[in-house]
Amino acid sequence: MDSFFSTYGWPAIVMIGQSLLLLVCLLVFIAYVLLADRKIWAAVQLRRGPNVVGPFGLFQSFADLLKFVFKEPVIPAGANKGVFLLAPLVAVTLALATWAVIPFNTNWVIADINVGLLYVFAISSLEVYGVIMSGWASNSKYAFLGALRSAAQMVSYEVSIGFVIVTVLLCVGSLNLTDIVNAQHTGLGTMMGLPASFLDWHFIPLFPMFVIFFISGLAETNRPPFDLPEAESELVAGYMVEYSSAPYMMLMLGEYAAILLICSLTSILFLGGWLPPVDFWLINWVPGIIWFILKVGLIFFGYAMVKAFVPRYRYDQLMRLGWKVFLPLSLAMVVVTAFVLKLTGWA
Amino acid sequence: MGLQAIFFYIFAFVAIAAAFMVISAKNPVHSVLFLILVFFNAAGLFLLTGAEFLAMILLVVYIGAVAVLFLFVVMMLDIDFAELRSGVLQYAPVGILVGLIVAAELVVVIGGSVLTPEAAKSITMPIPNPAERTNTAALGDVLYTNYVYFFQIAGMILLVAMIGAIVLTLRHRQHIKRQDISRQVARTPATAVEVIKVKSGQGL
Repeated sequence: MDSFFSTYGWPAIVMIGQSLLLLVCLLVFIAYVLLADRKIWAAVQLRRGPNVVGPFGLFQSFADLLKFVFKEPVIPAGANKGVFLLAPLVAVTLALATWAVIPFNTNWVIADINVGLLYVFAISSLEVYGVIMSGWASNSKYAFLGALRSAAQMVSYEVSIGFVIVTVLLCVGSLNLTDIVNAQHTGLGTMMGLPASFLDWHFIPLFPMFVIFFISGLAETNRPPFDLPEAESELVAGYMVEYSSAPYMMLMLGEYAAILLICSLTSILFLGGWLPPVDFWLINWVPGIIWFILKVGLIFFGYAMVKAFVPRYRYDQLMRLGWKVFLPLSLAMVVVTAFVLKLTGWA
Repeated sequence: MGLQAIFFYIFAFVAIAAAFMVISAKNPVHSVLFLILVFFNAAGLFLLTGAEFLAMILLVVYIGAVAVLFLFVVMMLDIDFAELRSGVLQYAPVGILVGLIVAAELVVVIGGSVLTPEAAKSITMPIPNPAERTNTAALGDVLYTNYVYFFQIAGMILLVAMIGAIVLTLRHRQHIKRQDISRQVARTPATAVEVIKVKSGQGL
């Protein structure tokens, strides 16, 4: 019995503790990212944004949380009750489950699995179910149209995200996310004889893929300018239209967790994860998690600015961009990268 | 070993129960959702045997793409399942026949590898040690190095099938306004705008 505890019991307790810690940190981070999103959007439009609850509105997200939790959840009469309530759960569980393999620093990862990148890709391809199920179960035309649009969009842009992942895989030779970050210790900069710096990161040699990944990430997470599924001006709130109170909050939470996941995946694949930007004692002294959070924040700032700047795409333009522009471009880049790596023998 | 056995029974039991629900659920959408649960548990079983790459690909391809299409079709079409189910018993003999053939083949395959392990091993690729070579890399070796021509031929057949399906369903409608982005970008004020001086009181 004692050996059973030391082989299974103790590791399980440690893992549960790590997961809880990660979840709490992640949820608090999401609360502030949500606030930042609204503040940035407001600043672009010369508004103040939320500024009432707490100093500078810093507690706004927590006030929203209380409001959502204490309101009555309304289930439409014609809704398919089980699926209706299951959908937000699916959305939020899948969005949070992906974080298990994300490394925040050297060895700061809950599950260091061989196929980490593929796991992230697989779970984020399942996120479409939260959308389809909620849209269908609501038994409403708006919600259903929103869900159909969203599913088509997410499936289309997943293809180009897959090819971007393949190019990074070709350069690194491993699907393990920690290996991918460590591979960015050396790169273009060190090849020119410079010390390890931001020049080594993948975003320079793979710049077209970086851009494709950024834009596909916007589409995959239904962010503006690709927010057709919840286009407020035509579909009210798309697949979420019949949701209220806690289930609505869970759908929103899942959405923001997915956005943050794409941001952190971009920083791991292209911006060197937790690696410091230049090799300098003061900068090396800063812990890696700070760099990781800064990079994620930077990319999220980009997402928020795009939301404020860019008008919404039309549906046919969205599909054209996905299938006729990004798919051939990323496929060509896979072939070119493979050729270059084979001919130069870099990988 | 104990924990693996527990997980095996959880995955296997849920998979079989969900598979039963696929054929017995009243609502077709519920059937597809149960089918997704079956795929998910099958991925769990793959993980238990150490085939992590296959597990993830099962998630990506079957759940992330194929089942989404299923769900699309089932949601869009208004299928009357009561009518569909009325004549289900007349297919029972064919179903039983197919089931028997599959069961017999499984018995032959598994029985063969249990009774004569050497003969079964002689026709398969040697399995590399998972500690040295990840099974992503091992599968890549088999598909892209040892059997690259067969793999390419399979890819070609799929491509031809895809083109055939597109050709069969393509309708080119003439009188539709289409957006031509290169034309839009190539427009200049000189070709698009005309400035006319209008005399007051006369109009155009």
